[in-house]
Parts: sequence; C-alpha cells; structure tokens
Amino acid sequence: MSTEYDVTETLDVKGLSCPMPVVQTKQAVDELDADDVLEVVATDSGSVSDLSGWADSTAGVELLGQEEGEAGGEAVYRHYVRVTE
Amino acid sequence: MSADTDPTAESANASGDVADAASVEELRAQVEALRSELSDLRSAVDADGGDDTRRMTIIATKGTLDMAYPPLILASTAAAFGWDVVVFHTFWGLDILHEERSKKLKLSAVGNPSMPMPNAVASLPFMDDAATWYMNKKIADNGTATIDELIETSLDMGVDLQACQMTIDLMDYDEDEFRDGVTVGVGAATALQHMADADVQLFV
Repeated sequence: MSTEYDVTETLDVKGLSCPMPVVQTKQAVDELDADDVLEVVATDSGSVSDLSGWADSTAGVELLGQEEGEAGGEAVYRHYVRVTE
Repeated sequence: MSADTDPTAESANASGDVADAASVEELRAQVEALRSELSDLRSAVDADGGDDTRRMTIIATKGTLDMAYPPLILASTAAAFGWDVVVFHTFWGLDILHEERSKKLKLSAVGNPSMPMPNAVASLPFMDDAATWYMNKKIADNGTATIDELIETSLDMGVDLQACQMTIDLMDYDEDEFRDGVTVGVGAATALQHMADADVQLFV
C-alpha cells in the first residue's frame, strides 16, 4: 500500500484490543530513533481516539496522520507516528 | 469652608506624606520577602527533579476476573504515556499477582444484575465456573489481552506492582508465591507516600 509517509517500520496490532495497540506502539517507538516513522496497523476502532490521545500527551512523538481503510472485509486503521527525539 | 487657611489641614497633609513614605518602605520589604520566598520555592521545585512526569497510584483490592482488568489496563496505558505508576495490591487484589491464583481468577455469577440469569440460578454449583469460562472465551474472541499478558507488559514497562505485606500475612500467602518482579514488603505508608505526589489516585 502506498503512503505519503516515509515509513521506517510497521507494527501489526490487528486483532488486538485496548490497551495493546497503544502499549505496543510505545514499546515499538522506544526502539526507534529520532525522525523515524512508525506505521501502526490496527483493527480496533478505539485505536483512532486512543493513539491520537496518546500521541498528544506523550513527549517525543508526533502523530502525522491516521487513515481508515479496509482489508478482507474488515476495517483497518493505519496510524503514522514520528519519533521527535 | 476654605482649606488654604485651615492649619489643621496643613498638618494632616504633612503627616500623610510621612505615612506614605512609611507604607512604601513596608511594601518594599514585603516585595523583598515575596521575592525570597519565590526563589526558595523555585529551588525546591528544582530539587524535586523539576520534571513534569505524571504519577498515578492505583489501589487494587478485588480479585475477580472482571475487577482485575481495570487497574492493569490503566497501569499499562499510563506507562505507555511515560507516567510513573504504582499499583498497590491488597486483600483479594493480591490474587492478581499470585503466581498460581492469578491463573484462576473467576467471575462471580451471583449478585451481578448484568448476568442473564436470576441469583437463585446463579448460585447453583459450578455457575461461577460457567460464567468464568464464558468470559474467558469472550476475552479470547475479542483479542483482549489476558491478565497474564497485562501483568507481563506492565512489569516490562516499569510499572511498580506492589503486594501489601500485611495482607500477604493475613491471607497466609508467602512472598515467594508472587510473580517475579512484584514488590513485596510494603505497607500503607509506602502507598500513601506515592499517592501524596500522584496526579491520579484510584481505588478499585
């Protein structure tokens, strides 16, 4: 899938529900360097609000964008998080 | 009445100037006092680390499957926010951290109006087991993390899971029966100390 972001790594949290998409995103971000972009692929509809809330109040990350799509008849949410420090 | 010829008005003016001078001095002294107080406070804040890390303390007192979730979900999420988190487990909350008992947390079928059965039926033998089995099935189907996964994740992310020493003794548990990484040997004073500085305090 083409994306406007220069993705460094993709985290697949499809099938997982709250709080795992946020928790695993944080764990993945901790492994990345400044300016890296993490793509998070989730099926949890709550992840849209949760990840933007998390990015808003967490130092060192910036939410570049969120996209809603579909794969195999299932809604898929893609989140792009940039590491800022 | 003409003021310019009134000698008492003259003297009142003169003493007014003196009073003004005195109050200016007083104000100066007060400003100085406030300045030094502010600088004391500043250094106290700096000594405190001066960082804006948020803190959360949760007291977990329940050991049923449904009540084990909220503390662990909030704790692991807060850790993902970079918060400093302590969960203080006491009474039945200890079962969440107990190596053996945490694997067998149950849902009570009785006394829960949301259960699709009357209490008279819910109190029959094995109804708790049936309700627990059903809940665990729903958890698996929904992709909800298990209690085990949430505890491991919380510990990995630096959450301090504490087991109250007084209730460990009261319930006849042994410190060795708790999961690795759990803090034992702590009491109410430890919990209060963290709560006093916490931005969020919850009792579950």
